[in-house]
Amino acid sequence: MMKRNDYMKDFSLYIHIPFCEKKCYYCDFTSFKKDSTDIDRYMSNLDKEILMYEEILADYKLSTIFIGGGTPSSITSIYIKKILERIYRVFNIEELGEVTIEANPGTLNRQKIKDYKDAGINRVSLGLQSLNDNILRAIGRMHTSKDFLESFYLLREEGFHNINVDLMLGLPGQSLVDLKNTLYRIIDLDVEHISLYSLIIEDGTLIKNWYDNGLIDLPNEDLERLMYHESVELLRQNNYKHYEISNFAKEGYECKHNLRYWKIEPYLGVGLNSHSNLFNKRFWNQSKLINYNESIESNKLAVEGEEIIDKSMEIAEYCIMGLRLKSGIIKSEYLNRFGEDIDKRYRKIIKKHVHNNLIKEDYNSIVLTNKGLDLSNQVEVDFIP
Amino acid sequence: MQVKQENIRNFSIIAHIDHGKSTLADRLIENTGMLTTREMEEQVLDSMDLEKERGITIKLKSIRLMYKAKDGEEYILNLIDTPGHVDFNYEVSRSLAACEGAILIVDSTQGIEAQTLANVYLALDQDLEILPVINKIDLPSARPDEVKKEVEDIIGIDCEEAPLISAKEGLNIDQVLESIVKNVPPPKGDSNAPLKALIFDSYYDSYKGVTCYIRVKEGTIKPGMNIKMMATNKCFEVTEVGINTSRHISTERLEAGEVGYVTASIKNVKEARVGDTITDADNPAQEPLPGYKKVIPMVFCGIYPAEGEDFNTVRDALEKLQVNDASLVFESETSVALGFGFRCGFLGLLHMEIVQERLEREFDLNIITTAPSVIYKVKRNDGEILEIQNPSNLPPSTEVEYMEEPIVSASIMTPTDYVGPIMELCQNKRGVFLNMEYLEETRVVLHYELPLNEVIYDFFDALKSKTRGYASLDYELKGYRRSELVKLDILINGELVDAFSLIVHEEKAYERGRTIAERLVDVIPRHQFAVPIQAAVGGKIIARETIRALRKDVLAKCYGGDISRKKKLLEKQKEGKKRMRSIGSVDVPQEAFLSVLKYDEKK
Repeated sequence: MMKRNDYMKDFSLYIHIPFCEKKCYYCDFTSFKKDSTDIDRYMSNLDKEILMYEEILADYKLSTIFIGGGTPSSITSIYIKKILERIYRVFNIEELGEVTIEANPGTLNRQKIKDYKDAGINRVSLGLQSLNDNILRAIGRMHTSKDFLESFYLLREEGFHNINVDLMLGLPGQSLVDLKNTLYRIIDLDVEHISLYSLIIEDGTLIKNWYDNGLIDLPNEDLERLMYHESVELLRQNNYKHYEISNFAKEGYECKHNLRYWKIEPYLGVGLNSHSNLFNKRFWNQSKLINYNESIESNKLAVEGEEIIDKSMEIAEYCIMGLRLKSGIIKSEYLNRFGEDIDKRYRKIIKKHVHNNLIKEDYNSIVLTNKGLDLSNQVEVDFIP
Repeated sequence: MQVKQENIRNFSIIAHIDHGKSTLADRLIENTGMLTTREMEEQVLDSMDLEKERGITIKLKSIRLMYKAKDGEEYILNLIDTPGHVDFNYEVSRSLAACEGAILIVDSTQGIEAQTLANVYLALDQDLEILPVINKIDLPSARPDEVKKEVEDIIGIDCEEAPLISAKEGLNIDQVLESIVKNVPPPKGDSNAPLKALIFDSYYDSYKGVTCYIRVKEGTIKPGMNIKMMATNKCFEVTEVGINTSRHISTERLEAGEVGYVTASIKNVKEARVGDTITDADNPAQEPLPGYKKVIPMVFCGIYPAEGEDFNTVRDALEKLQVNDASLVFESETSVALGFGFRCGFLGLLHMEIVQERLEREFDLNIITTAPSVIYKVKRNDGEILEIQNPSNLPPSTEVEYMEEPIVSASIMTPTDYVGPIMELCQNKRGVFLNMEYLEETRVVLHYELPLNEVIYDFFDALKSKTRGYASLDYELKGYRRSELVKLDILINGELVDAFSLIVHEEKAYERGRTIAERLVDVIPRHQFAVPIQAAVGGKIIARETIRALRKDVLAKCYGGDISRKKKLLEKQKEGKKRMRSIGSVDVPQEAFLSVLKYDEKK
C-alpha cells in the first residue's frame, strides 16, 4: 500500500483498559473489579473498535500510544500484545515515538514485562502514590512500597529506561516529611519522569464520604500548597524539569503523549468512556460497559456524545492547556496556529492577571507565576469564551 | 341550560401541605369524566411551576364537574381551590366564602397537623359543612382508625362515615363524590334579587383583560349588564360570563348559587379585587357581602437588576406581574451598591419569594433581592413624622426624637409539647405574652404580640424547626409601638454596602451584626486577598470577621485527554461569576443578600 506519510497529520492513540484488582478509595475514573469473561468480551470489542477507525484515519499517522486505565497491567499481557499488533497493522506508522502502559506495582512480573517489551512498549508509568505503607492502605492501594521496588527493579533489568512514577500529595495522614521521604527515594532511583498530583476529593468516592463524615484528616490548604511548592523546588534542584503543573521530567523525557493533550493536537481514544479530539470535534465513548459492548457488537462506533470545537473554543482550550505548561502560551506559536495576535482576544485578561500577579508576560510567552500555579482556575476561567 | 339550585354543590378541599389535596382534586376530575387522563396534565389546579415544585397552591381557580350520583340525579360540583399559606389567609377565606362545604383531607399516616387545624377554623368561620376524608390508606404506615379518632377528638366532627381513600391509587373516590352530594348543602339565594356576586379570584390576560372568578350569591349576571364593584365603585359592562370546566365555556347567564367567571374589559386586577362584591349598577344591592378587606403590603424589599440585567426589563416585568397581583406594589429607588432598582411591597415573606421566583423563571431575569423590611414611623425633632421602609432613608439618630415599629398580634397553634420552645422563641423575638388557650388536652393556642420585623426575619423557619412543623402561625397587624431601634450597617472590605443595611432593635444589633458577618464569610467566595466584613451601628464597629485569602484553586488532573470535564468545571465557575455583583473589588454573589436572613439551626 502506498503510504503518503509526508502529507499525513499526526495523531495519538489512547486505549482504555477499565479493569482493576480493586477500586482505590479516591478513584472516580471508569474502572471496576476485573472479571475474566468481561475482559475477554471487552478486549475483542476493543480490537473491533480499532478496526472501525482504519478508514476514518487513513490519512493520519500514529505517533504515540498510551494504554491507561483502570490498571492495564492487571490483565494478562497476551491481550496487550494482541491489541498492539492490531494497531500496528491498522494505522499508518512511520516512527512510533512513545508507547506507554500504566502499571500498578504488584501486578507486574518478569514475563509480563518481557511481553510488553516485545509488543513495542517503551515507557511504563507506575502508580505508586506514596512510599508510606500506612498511607497506601488508607487510600485503598493494593500494593506496598516493597512491591513497588520489586516492580521497578524488574523493569530496569528488562531494559526499560523510560519510567514514570505517579505520586500524590495532600493524602490522608500525609505530612511534609512523608512526602519528602518519598521524593528523595524516587529521585535516588533515578526515575526519568515524575507526575505529582494533588488528591482531589471527587463526588461519589468512598474517600469523599469519609471526609464529609469527618472520618479522615487531610492536610489543610496551606500545608497542601507548601507540599506542592517544596516538592517543585526539591525536584528542580535534582534536575527534574518542571514542564507542566504536575509533571516533572529529566531532560528529553517529557511525556510526548500527554504533551499532545496539552497542545490540543489530534488524538483518538478507544475503549470505555475514552475521549477523542479529532476533526474539530471532541467526542467521547459510552461510559457504561454494557452500552459500549452492545454498540460495538452491533457494528457501531460507541460514541456517546460530541462537542464541536469552533475557533474561539479551540483558542480558549489552547490557552487553558498552554498555561499548564511551564513554557506557557508561546505567542508566536499562537499567531502561527490561529493567524491572529493573542492580544486581539485576550489583552484585557492578560493585563488583569499580570496585575494580580497570577501570570507573567514577556515578548513571546505568557506563564503562570508561583501564585498563579496555586490559583490557575482563576486565570483559566477568564479564557472561556 | 336551566340549573337547578338544589343540584349544585360548591366545595373546597382543605388540607395540610402534602396531605394530598391536589391529587384528590385530580381524581375527582378524572372520576367525573371531565378530562381524560391524557388531557389531564398532572395536578390541573396548580398551574404555576413554582406551586408544583413546592407542593403548595398559590392562585385559586375553580372547576365545574358533572356527576351522576347513585340517586340517579345529575349534580354540578364546583370545586374551588384554595392556597395554603398564612400570607394568603385572606384569599383562602374568600374562597371558602364561596362554598357551602369543605372536604378536609387528613393523611392517615400523619394525622392532624398545624395547617389542618388552621384551615378548619377558617372553614368553620364561614359556617361550612366539613367532610372529613382519610387519605393515603394504601401506605403500610396508615393508621386510619387512630386518625379518625384524632379528628373527632380535636376538631369535634363525626368521622364515622368518613371515606377511607387513596387519592394516589384512586381508591374509594366515588365515596367522596357521594358524600359531597349527600352532605354539602345546596346553595340558597334568589335569582331575581339584586345581584351580589363574590369575587374569589381574578387574573389578567392580554386578550380579555381581567377575568374574575365569582360565586353568585343573589341575583343573576349576564353579558351586556352594567355592573359595579361595590368596594372600588368602578363600573363596567359585562362582556362574557361562563363556567370553568377544563377551559372556559361561555354561558348566557350565571344565577344565584352558581360559580363561574365574568369578563368586563377590566384593565387591572386592582379594579376587581378579591373579596369585592359585584352588583348590578342599575339595580344595586343594598349592601355588599361581608368580609372585604383591602390587602396592604406589610413586607418590603429592594429588587435590583443583577450584573448585566437591564433596569427597564425589570420594571416591565414588575408591571406585568402587578396587573395580575393586586397586592404587589413597587416604586423605583437607588442604592449606592446596587444602582437603580425598585422597592417592592408584599403581603408576607412567601409572597415576596414567589414574586422573586416568578421574575426569575417566567421573565428569565437575573435579580438581586435585599433583606426585607417593614414600615417604621420616625418622629423627627422638628415634629415631622416620616414613614420609612428603606433603612437607607433613616435620618441620622441626632435628628430623631423617637421611632415606632409595627406590632402584630400572633396566634400560634401547637401541640403542648412545644409550648416551652415556642415561648423561648417568642421571648427571643421580643414578644409580649398575652395568654394561652387550651383547645383540648394536648393542643393550645398561644397569643403573643410580636414586632413584625422579628416575624419577617427568621421566625417562620425557627418555629417550623423548633416544632418539627407542628405549629402554625397566624398574625395580623395590630398597630405601632415606640421602640429603641438602630440602623445596622455592613461594611465589606471597608466599604459600606447600603443594600445590607437593616433596622433592628438596639439589643439585637450585636447579635444580628455578628450573625450576618459570619454568614457573609460563608457565602462570599474567597478572593486573592483577605476581605474583612464588619458590622457597625452609627460609627461604631460591633463585629468583625475575615474572609481568608484564597490559597488554592487548581484542577490539574489529566483524565486521559478528557478536557471537556475540566472545561465544564471552568464553565460552572464562570457561570457563578456572572451571578456576582462587584462591590469595590469584592465579588458578592446574589444569594448573599438574602442568605443573611436564613434561620440558623444551630441556635
